[in-house]
Amino acid sequence: MTKWHGSLEKVDEYRWRIPRSYKAGMRVDGLIYASQSMLESITGEQAPEQVANVAFLPGIVGYSLAMPDIHWGYGFAIGGVAATRVRDGVVSPGGVGFDINCGVRLLRTNLTGEDVLPKIKPLVDALYEAVPSGLGSKGKIRLRPGEIDEVLAKGSRWAVEHGYGRSEDLASTEEYGEMAGADPASVSVRAKERGVPQLGTLGSGNHFLEVALVDHIIEPEVAGTMGINKIGQVMLLIHCGSRGLGYQTADDYIKQMMAAMKRYQIEVPDRQLACAPVESPEGQAYLAAMRCSANYAWANRQAIMHWVREAFCRVLGRCEADAGLELIYDVAHNIAKIEEHEVAGRREMLCVHRKGATRAFPPGHPDVPERYARVGQPVLIPGDMGRVSYVLVGTELAMKETFGSTCHGAGRVKSRTAAKRMLKGSDVLKSLEARGITVRAGSLPGLAEEASEAYKDVTEVVGVAQSTGISRIVARTRPIGVIKG
Amino acid sequence: MKRFALIEHTADTGLVAYGQTLAEAFANAAYGMFAIIADIGTVKEVERRTVELGEEDSESLLFEWLNRLLYFFDVETLIFRRFEITGFDEYHLRASCYGEKYDPSRHHIKIGVKSATYHMLEVDKKKNRVRVIFDV
Repeated sequence: MTKWHGSLEKVDEYRWRIPRSYKAGMRVDGLIYASQSMLESITGEQAPEQVANVAFLPGIVGYSLAMPDIHWGYGFAIGGVAATRVRDGVVSPGGVGFDINCGVRLLRTNLTGEDVLPKIKPLVDALYEAVPSGLGSKGKIRLRPGEIDEVLAKGSRWAVEHGYGRSEDLASTEEYGEMAGADPASVSVRAKERGVPQLGTLGSGNHFLEVALVDHIIEPEVAGTMGINKIGQVMLLIHCGSRGLGYQTADDYIKQMMAAMKRYQIEVPDRQLACAPVESPEGQAYLAAMRCSANYAWANRQAIMHWVREAFCRVLGRCEADAGLELIYDVAHNIAKIEEHEVAGRREMLCVHRKGATRAFPPGHPDVPERYARVGQPVLIPGDMGRVSYVLVGTELAMKETFGSTCHGAGRVKSRTAAKRMLKGSDVLKSLEARGITVRAGSLPGLAEEASEAYKDVTEVVGVAQSTGISRIVARTRPIGVIKG
Repeated sequence: MKRFALIEHTADTGLVAYGQTLAEAFANAAYGMFAIIADIGTVKEVERRTVELGEEDSESLLFEWLNRLLYFFDVETLIFRRFEITGFDEYHLRASCYGEKYDPSRHHIKIGVKSATYHMLEVDKKKNRVRVIFDV
């Protein structure tokens, strides 16, 4: 790994600036949110260079931002936020990533560890059976020819209309699980072919299902609004995205934009930053297809949640109402959104790219569901599978500083290869079980790649988000059961 | 001659592939990608698919070539192990790919590859060497 030798100026304890003088072509400064102790791993690789490269994008405003979970990605750093003006700026598929609308949803329950721990093994087995996971797995959903277009247009609503979950779930999903402006005609036949068999599958890699217990409540009143009421309460976490449909959509449009860049005479320092003006035909087509992929991901998580509820109730012998399996919220952390923000004292329409970053809107924002209007938008930050996860809320300061964005997870510190060399899947399994975590995984080497040791400590990451004020910590959960693809 | 070598990358993984010709390096990159995904020693050559591509430059050709093979994996669960490149120039590639459908009872899957990326992508026409980073 090559160390980064660029210049980083300390703004305050948690803010580090890459001045635009660092590299000719940067249109704005870069700004990294991190503690002093996190800087070593951040500058130990080329992530700051990627933050600087993103600052080249035409129409970028404010800063090229990096959230505290920043790590080296491809093109954009993971943990990157970039806002470009709609009227004269660009949209970049690389600023969203291949797994469009990879995201997280969190369910509460009325049950506690005492109810669930005696049945944790059968529960984890039942969840593993109920939700197709791992490579090459086929979904249980059979679509009629052409029905994929309805999934792409309606997202979660398609799932609810087909018996996967309840209509009240929609109000607890970012964009209500149905992003407007999704045009199925903008999605290629190949992308649809990849999407059809994979609807309702978890996938592999860092995607997971988790059974967790609340182990710390920092803001009881806010937590109470979300139905997080007591220590030991059982929570369920689902992390996955848009599967092959999203990957193919990203491939298709990155390639198209590569050609379009020549026409629009745009130059960027990394081809993976390929982009086109937001208002160009290429930009609009990408956004329409990206929204379809986002809707597919929401339908996917909605269907998976339905099977999770069924399996949970079956194993615990409770009906759904009695188990209190309510969706707290669902967030997207790989997405681009057209949003209105204040730039230099003026309201401006922006294309906000969040690549491994979560929207974190404050109390009272019109896009925050009514039930959270007083507390702000819930932000879900999964840690690695051996440690803890957090629930946060968005803040006014995030609106002012980060275009209403915050971190999305722990952030890797070790490559997958390094993790596998250091650890054996079977040892990782044993050490998790020694910590009271029951695991079912499709692949043991895959498990080693996702071991705690490969990640930053998520507590440090959310600590920076809290200290800088770009979000507030509400509650913490600890896993007792993990299902990995 | 070594066919490929893995590259470490924090979030992802990549490879450098070699060949006597650029076409062979393209074939070895595909071989390396499936070696990342699965233990291809147990994969038999029972299915054949042909791929025909035309792109604007050789970088896009490599990007599209690898992603097209991932498409076959998603749609038909095909794992390929041999690539016969029957036509090749800077912008075009025609190939027959041999492998079989994923069978969990015989095949060992390692990790998923979501896509090849353009990040650090390199096609070295002098050294007949290509480099690609995958999103995994």
